Amino acid sequence: MATIAQKRYRTGNIIVAVALLIGGIVMVAPLLWMLSTSLKTQEGVFALPPEWIPPDPQWSNYLRVWTAGPLLAGIKNSLIVSLTVTIVGSITSTLAAFAFAKLRMPGKNGIFLFMLAGLMIPFPTLMIPQFVMFANVGWVDTLLPLIVPGVFGNVMMIFFLRQYLTSVPDSLLEAAKIDGAGYLRIFASIVLPLIRPAIAAQFILWFMAVWNDYLAPLIYLNTPEKQTLQVVIANFNANYAIQTDYPLIMAASVIALVPVFVIFVVFQRQIIESVALTGTKG
Amino acid sequence: MSATTEQPRRRSRLYRREHLVAASFIALPLIGFLAFAIGPFLYSIYASFTNWNMLTAPTWIGLANYVRAFSDPYFIQSLGNTFFYMIGIPIGLVVSLALALAMNRRMPGRAFFRSIYYVPVVSSLAAVSILWQWAYNGDFGLVNQVLALVGIDGPNWLADKATVKPALIIMAVWKGLGYSMLLYLAALQSVPRSLYEAAELDGASSFRRFFHITLPMVQPVTFFLVVTSIIAGSQIFTEINIMTPTGGPEFSSASIVWYIWRQAFSSLSMGYASAMAVLLGVLVFLITAFQFWINARNSHDGVE
Repeated sequence: MATIAQKRYRTGNIIVAVALLIGGIVMVAPLLWMLSTSLKTQEGVFALPPEWIPPDPQWSNYLRVWTAGPLLAGIKNSLIVSLTVTIVGSITSTLAAFAFAKLRMPGKNGIFLFMLAGLMIPFPTLMIPQFVMFANVGWVDTLLPLIVPGVFGNVMMIFFLRQYLTSVPDSLLEAAKIDGAGYLRIFASIVLPLIRPAIAAQFILWFMAVWNDYLAPLIYLNTPEKQTLQVVIANFNANYAIQTDYPLIMAASVIALVPVFVIFVVFQRQIIESVALTGTKG
Repeated sequence: MSATTEQPRRRSRLYRREHLVAASFIALPLIGFLAFAIGPFLYSIYASFTNWNMLTAPTWIGLANYVRAFSDPYFIQSLGNTFFYMIGIPIGLVVSLALALAMNRRMPGRAFFRSIYYVPVVSSLAAVSILWQWAYNGDFGLVNQVLALVGIDGPNWLADKATVKPALIIMAVWKGLGYSMLLYLAALQSVPRSLYEAAELDGASSFRRFFHITLPMVQPVTFFLVVTSIIAGSQIFTEINIMTPTGGPEFSSASIVWYIWRQAFSSLSMGYASAMAVLLGVLVFLITAFQFWINARNSHDGVE
């Protein structure tokens, strides 16, 4: 016994679903096409009309790709950079957020605003002096210029965790203080368990940002074996496009995308929730 | 008597301990901020007044780099290109708000669609650029093959100076849609239903409800997205460098950051590049400050 309004809503739903479906196809088609190209032969790429499903999938492209360039070294370097930065950086950022939100210290709000304002300075404005600085200590063509600044923490993460921490009642911490707990113990046994979901979400977002970074690695790393994955696949693109070996280029790109896709599928809920939070808190 | 004098002293010692702990927790991010942001920022400003090639010490040349920038057709053009790319921002906002409205309906499959539209957001920009460069291939690319289905003979997108910028904008919108959609969706879900119900009782059309309830309620998200998109858009680099490694036909795709990067790391004109980088920083600051000013003024008008 649906009312007219309900019927109209349902018809509306069908129209909307069809529109979303068409849009969804547009969203994934390029990615599926990349996958399809990566399984074609070098000649199959130029077949007209195009074949969405290659008649004879060339899985061997995914074997060939490892010897065609320093892909494995790229993955290793990207893992070293992303994991070191995010693990160590998250610890520094979380401690700082705790201090900014819950500990007494003269001038801390001024310091925090100062750091927040610094977010407005675009990286390109900093990259030249940063490069010279790291060149002077001989760190060019090593992973250190990519790791060291991140280890000192991330202002964005401090900002969000600080926001999150304001919802933790002070009385909880005061009680622990009266019981004589040290600050590190309060942090580890009370604060940390409470804000663990927020830390996890920020950690994932940060990991993906570092993993996907391109400009900084491009500036610092010259030796192919020392480059991170994003620079490696960009070089694949530049080198093999001349030989029109598109399947190889696409295979390398697919491999570069897989880790983030896996993370996205596994942590979808956390990622989507924390991104949604960005807008409401920002 | 003794208790009242004991108390403050004891408390001040406790406070001092707390101050020290707080300072030690804040120390690392603060040192990092000074060393890797403020220090380099100040040095950029200094370097912008010098002639400097990294091999010899910088020599002071006053405003010469800035004068050069404003008479450098490449600088002007790359700045113009960078602004042109921002046409994608309003397009993306409108489409993503429409998507968010669609996904805010009570219907099955919402979570599935949400994930589908979010996939390009998590994809690495480098891989996505490589993919789209191939998709824009004039003869065998996906885009032109789809256009051929409806009888359109597509151009060689990235090699034609009339289409290279629109091509990059389309890709940027595709990549960013899921993100702004998600923020809009969160905002829509926090709009109280009672507002719509009251408006409906008053006989407000869905058109009016959209413009008088929905749009004002999501305004903070729109503001956030516009500000962050302009800051990010002014720094567009990766897709330019991968898809058009020479700056595009007749320099038609080069962005300001791409040109700065070229001047600094290919021509080693560090002083000149610093001047352009400082101009970029000033520009980003002015645009952001202007938006905050407009935003504050508008919300003030709303109260009146």
